[in-house]
Amino acid sequence: MKKIILLNIFYFSFCTVTVKSAEKGGMPQLDPEFWVSQIFWLTITFGTLFLVLSKFILPRISKNLEQRRLQILENIETAEKQREQSEKNLKEFDEIILKSKNKAKEVMLAAREKVVSEITKKKMKLDEDLNSEIQNVEKEIIELKLSSPKKINSIASNITNEVIKRLIGTDVNESSVSALVEEELKKLSRSTNGI
Amino acid sequence: MAANPMYQFNVYRIGPEIKIGEIDLSFTNASLFMVISSLAILIIFNLGAQKKNIIPDKIQLLSELSYTFVSKMISDTAGSKAKPYFSFIFSLFMFVLFCNMFGMIPYSFTVTSHIIVTFVLAAFIFIGVTIIGFIKHGLGYLKLFVPSGVPAVLLPLIVVIEIISYLSRPISLSVRLFANMMAGHTMMKVFGGFVVSLGIVGGWLPLSFSVALTGLEILVAFLQAYVFAILTCIYLNDALNLHH
Repeated sequence: MKKIILLNIFYFSFCTVTVKSAEKGGMPQLDPEFWVSQIFWLTITFGTLFLVLSKFILPRISKNLEQRRLQILENIETAEKQREQSEKNLKEFDEIILKSKNKAKEVMLAAREKVVSEITKKKMKLDEDLNSEIQNVEKEIIELKLSSPKKINSIASNITNEVIKRLIGTDVNESSVSALVEEELKKLSRSTNGI
Repeated sequence: MAANPMYQFNVYRIGPEIKIGEIDLSFTNASLFMVISSLAILIIFNLGAQKKNIIPDKIQLLSELSYTFVSKMISDTAGSKAKPYFSFIFSLFMFVLFCNMFGMIPYSFTVTSHIIVTFVLAAFIFIGVTIIGFIKHGLGYLKLFVPSGVPAVLLPLIVVIEIISYLSRPISLSVRLFANMMAGHTMMKVFGGFVVSLGIVGGWLPLSFSVALTGLEILVAFLQAYVFAILTCIYLNDALNLHH
């Protein structure tokens, strides 16, 4: 009997516990008590969120993105332009350098030609001067050569006359003396030429 | 704290009871977390939108990446015609995502784990998409239920199936999100309870499992928000570009 009562008590307490937990538990999601409240607040919060996002925030973000895209495009464009400009400048620069090189070459060639022509002119003048000098000198030499045997002859005959005068003490026929001297000189010149 | 894993889904009143007639519109913990999520979204994206740097900083990058992410998702699934609905889908995605993520904070409340919330969202989408479909195509929108290239014998059956599948859209959409969130949170609660009941000796296994589950749940939180948004895009695509 006692056992049965205890069992009963245990059973009832278990039952009440399970009933209580069932009341508490289950799925609170299916309890419609706050459904309307949740719908109401969902509408309000989500509605405000949607309105503020779509009216104020999202347009600004899209504007930012668009602006960035445009800015980047613009930057690329200007970079491209500047690249083209610099390429052009480089070409111009190269051309200028080429031109100046050519000009320098021309100037150098002209200068060289001028110098060369001047040098040749001076050389020719010098040669002419030298030639004329040489000719003059040669003429003089020839004259001297031509005149020297006569002089030598006269001097030699004079000297022989004097020597003979001193030796003999009388005048000798000048023409015979000179003829003798000439003969002797001819012999001498022959021997010297022969050497 | 109750060990009941369903206790976390309880809705209770915060502050005074607000009643309009017989209708109870009291501010509850669910309302609180809706407000918190919305405010968090607004604050973060407002901060991100205010900066106009050519090279964005972190918060600006966050908002801009979210923007491009959602916009790409919409254009990939629903095409360029869906552009006017971008704001709505963006808000929807962010709202669900933030509600899911705030639910991951211990002792917080998961708004999206309540069928009524997800069902209202899904029903709104369903009704909106249906209205858009009828506005864009008139009665031609009913061609959605008649797929081309089906033999005439099968047509009545197919049409019935199509109509049922169309009508079950809001239910599948809402139950998917609600069930995922509820199951995940219940499981985490159960494993958390195991940690306590097994104590310092045996509690390590469920604890490590709980840690892994937390990671998984964060993934699920993102994934379910994404799925919710992308299914909305797909439904919208059906309404905008009718080609079956």
